[in-house]
This record gives sequence, C-alpha cells and structure tokens, in this order.
Amino acid sequence: MDQKPVIETHELTKSYLNHNVVDNLSFDVKEGEIFGFLGPNGSGKTTTLLMLIGLTEATKGWARVAGHDPTREATKVKRTVGYVPENIGFYSDMNAKENLQFLARLNNIPDSVSSKKIKEALEKVGLKDDADKLTGAYSRGMRQRLAIAEILIKEPKIVFLDEPTLGLDPDGTSRIIQHIQSLSREKNITVLLSSHDLKQVQKISDRIGIMINGKMIALGTLEQLAEEKLGVGDREISLDDVYMKYFQEV
Amino acid sequence: MTGVGTIVRKELEDHFSSYRFVILFALITMVSLITTYMVGISLRDELGGIAKPKFIFLMLFTSTGPLFSLVQFVAFFGPLIGLVLGFDSINRERSNGTLSKLASQPIYRDAIVNGKFLAGVVTIIIMMSSILLVVSGLGLALIGVVPGIEEVWRIFIYLIISVFYISFWLGISILFSIVFRSIATSALATLALWIFFSFFISMGASVVANTFVPINQTSRENPEAVMKHAKIQRAVSLISPMQLYNDSTSIIIDPTRKTTRSLILMGPIEQFSLKRFSRPLNLLQSITVVIPHIITLIAITFICFAISYIVFMKQEIRSI
Repeated sequence: MDQKPVIETHELTKSYLNHNVVDNLSFDVKEGEIFGFLGPNGSGKTTTLLMLIGLTEATKGWARVAGHDPTREATKVKRTVGYVPENIGFYSDMNAKENLQFLARLNNIPDSVSSKKIKEALEKVGLKDDADKLTGAYSRGMRQRLAIAEILIKEPKIVFLDEPTLGLDPDGTSRIIQHIQSLSREKNITVLLSSHDLKQVQKISDRIGIMINGKMIALGTLEQLAEEKLGVGDREISLDDVYMKYFQEV
Repeated sequence: MTGVGTIVRKELEDHFSSYRFVILFALITMVSLITTYMVGISLRDELGGIAKPKFIFLMLFTSTGPLFSLVQFVAFFGPLIGLVLGFDSINRERSNGTLSKLASQPIYRDAIVNGKFLAGVVTIIIMMSSILLVVSGLGLALIGVVPGIEEVWRIFIYLIISVFYISFWLGISILFSIVFRSIATSALATLALWIFFSFFISMGASVVANTFVPINQTSRENPEAVMKHAKIQRAVSLISPMQLYNDSTSIIIDPTRKTTRSLILMGPIEQFSLKRFSRPLNLLQSITVVIPHIITLIAITFICFAISYIVFMKQEIRSI
C-alpha cells in the first residue's frame, strides 16, 4: 500500500454534553482502498462519517478528505464524496430516473450528460426494467441498488457506506457487495464501509478499523489484527473471531 | 447560491402536481369567483342608469355582497395557502430519509430551506396573480367598467401585500416543520396559531383593554377612558398579522377610507353620504397612511423566515 491517503484524521473528537462520542480518532485511508469500519451500535462510526462528509463539526482535531477540510470546505468535500446513509431515502412519488436526475442536477451535471449516465447506471445495478416505477414501490434491496446507481452517476473519489447491506436477504447482500467491489476495482473509488456484516467486510476489505466507545482500538489488515490478538496471521481466521476478541477485551 | 435553483424547480413541480394544492387552488378560485359574481351583479343592478362613481372597479374587491368581500376572504383564508404549502416541507424530508441525502450533496445547507421558501413564495405569487386576474376579468364583464391606471396600481399593491401576508404564514409553517419532527404535530401547531390569530386575538385584545381601562356605565361617558380603552385594544390587536393585513389592504383598495382607526360606528347610509362629500385619497396618500402596517408585515415575514433559517442551520445533522 504505497498510495497516498485520501482520508486522514488527527485526534478527531466529537463531544455531546461533555461526553466524547468520537475520541481522539487518528487514522487514514489510502486511495482505492476498501476500508472496513467496524464497531458496535453507538461506537461513533456514523458520527465519524458525518464529520468526514462535513455534515457535522468536530469538537477537536482535524480531518482531510481528498485534501479538503470537511468543516471549512464542506461543499468541495461533498463534491468528491458519495454517501449512502443507513436509511437511504428517495422521493417516493418520483420514479428511479427522476430521483437520479434530481441528484444529477444537484451535482451540476447537465441533463444531456446525466440522461445517458442514468441509463447506464440503472442497467449496471439491474434496475433497467424498473426505471419508470415509483421508488415508493421499491423493495429495500432495490433501494440499495438505486443508491449505488446514484454513486455511479456522481462518480465520486470516495464513497462512505453506512450499513449498506442492513436488512437485505443473502442474494441482495451479495449483489451490493459485488457492486461495492466493482466501484473500487473498476473506478478506483475509495470505499469506507461501515457494517455489522463481518463476513462481507472480511470478503472485500483491504484494511479494517475497529471502533469501540469512540476510540479506534484496532487498525490494520485482517492478518495484522489476527496476529496481534490471536497470534496467527492466517487468512483462515475469521473476522468474527478477531472482532469478538477485541470486543471482549474492551 | 448553489443548488437553490434545482430545489426550487423540484418544489414547484411538487406543489403544482400535488392534489392538496390543486384542491385548495380550485376551492379558493371558486369562492373568489362566486363572491365576485354576486358583488358584480349587485353593483350592476344598484348602479344601473346612474353615472358610475369613481373607483367602482375596486368595489368588486371591497363590497361585502351577501356573504363577504374578496379582501375579507383572502384575509381569512389566505393563511391556509401558506400553511398547506409549508407545514411538512422539512419534516417530511426528514422522515423519508431524503434530508440527509440532500445535505450530503455539494450544495450549501441553507439552499434547502431557501429553496423551499422561495418555491412557496413563487407558488403564492402565481396563485394570487391568477385569482386576481380571473376576478378582474369577471368583474370587467359584469360591470362593464375598465379600471383606471390608479385602480390597477392599487390592485397590484394589494397583490404584493397579500403575497407578503401569505408568505408570513408560509414562514411559520416551515418553522414548525423544522422544529417538530412529526408532520401531524406541525400541522396542528400551525392551525392552532392561525385560529388564535384569526379568532381569539380580538377577544384577547378586549380582555386586556378591559383589564387596564375597564369600561362600565360610568366610564362609558368619559371620552378619555373610551379612547384609552380603544387604543389599548387596537395595540393588542395589531399583534395579529391578520389585523395588519386587514388595515393595510382596506386603505389601499378603498381610496375613500382615510384612516385605519375608526371609533364611530356608522350605518351604511351614513358612510355612503359621508364618502360622497369627501375627496378620495390618492395612491401615495393611501400608502402613507398604511406604510407602518406594510413595513411591519414585511418585517415579520422576514423575521419569521430568518428564525426558520437559523433553527435549520443550527440543527444537528445527526438528528436528520
């Protein structure tokens, strides 16, 4: 991994009522990397993502996303970042094409350019036949795929995915994971993937960070983490075992 | 103002294609047309065969007819337009999960609230202009008198005041949609405020005035006490945007009215006789009489939107 970091944080802290939700977080993510961001509910993962996108301000410390400060240059950061929140929302009275066109307009993509991109993206995520259907009638899996289509249209450098496979059936999960992988491989997009689905994270992540109580307690490749906690640097070791070991110690 | 145009465009599409807007618009247009028709017919019959008085065209808007005047109708029903356009503008986005998506796009955060308010104002302008044009057209056909330049200007100023008045209610409803997470709560809160300002403020004004200057059998004969009582009652009523709107539009649209304050109760015959021998105010004079009301109405509209803006900008995105 000799690529330059596209996400950097230094002692990043977010406090609510004197309680540090994110506590002195320092880590970086390299260009084109898929970074698995793990941790139990309430560990500060989503807050970290929100700070990195510029949707909430850090109490202390700093972050750089694609070379920009998310607090002071939020618009520049948002131009280079795609974000899929846990509960992805679409305008239910609009169809998939209209939803994507609205997003393209917000990103200053001319209609002449976006119409072609929308067609290609919907085909890529397998929603071509449902393009004219109102998104209110979409299943959760279809909505997640539509969220991936949004990323394809926006073509960001970095993608933040917050629980993209939550509530999906195995087939839906597998399809989303494939799409995430192809984003990284085909378009060299950096992916920061926050998830509880440890098997899928293990399958696609280059590096993993484990966050508990606002602190990053482990950071590295699966082999490095396994070596550190279990004394074996073997790919056969499952991320579940490593994660549980860290979790139990805390 | 990155993104405002895109949001305004989407909001306008949403407003004009929504059933609630179409139903409200149809209802207001229908009532306006019926009111104008009745007033127009009655004016035509009463003034048949005699020289038409000056500013007869404006009487289409001010004459009460058998029910109420158009101006009274807009004063009472206009706020509903603003409320319907804004009561779920932000909290619906929040509950649908689209607010965090919007906020994560490369637009300024204030573009969301600015875009929604601007789209609402544009909708109000289109709605009120089209109603006034249709009403004027019908009136023209009924009474057969072409409005003069001054009358057109007065109608135009009336339109501007009405837009600000309805926009105030739009601002209130957007504010409630930011503050309350539940759409039902924000709808109820806006309705409650509308009912309070429409019905209860006059009662409240009377109670406050009676508290400070009680009017009874003995004090009723004291002109100073009566004046003081009326002044207090009036001052309290001016808290209501409806009172501000009624005062300003009644002077603008009726050139024979010279003051917003009237202590003497006169019957219609007395009023008519008095008006016949008094010169109507010119447009500039009418504006001068109500300029404090107009400025206050504009100011509270901007203040209300500014509060919505600040509350929205200060809100933690985490909660979005």
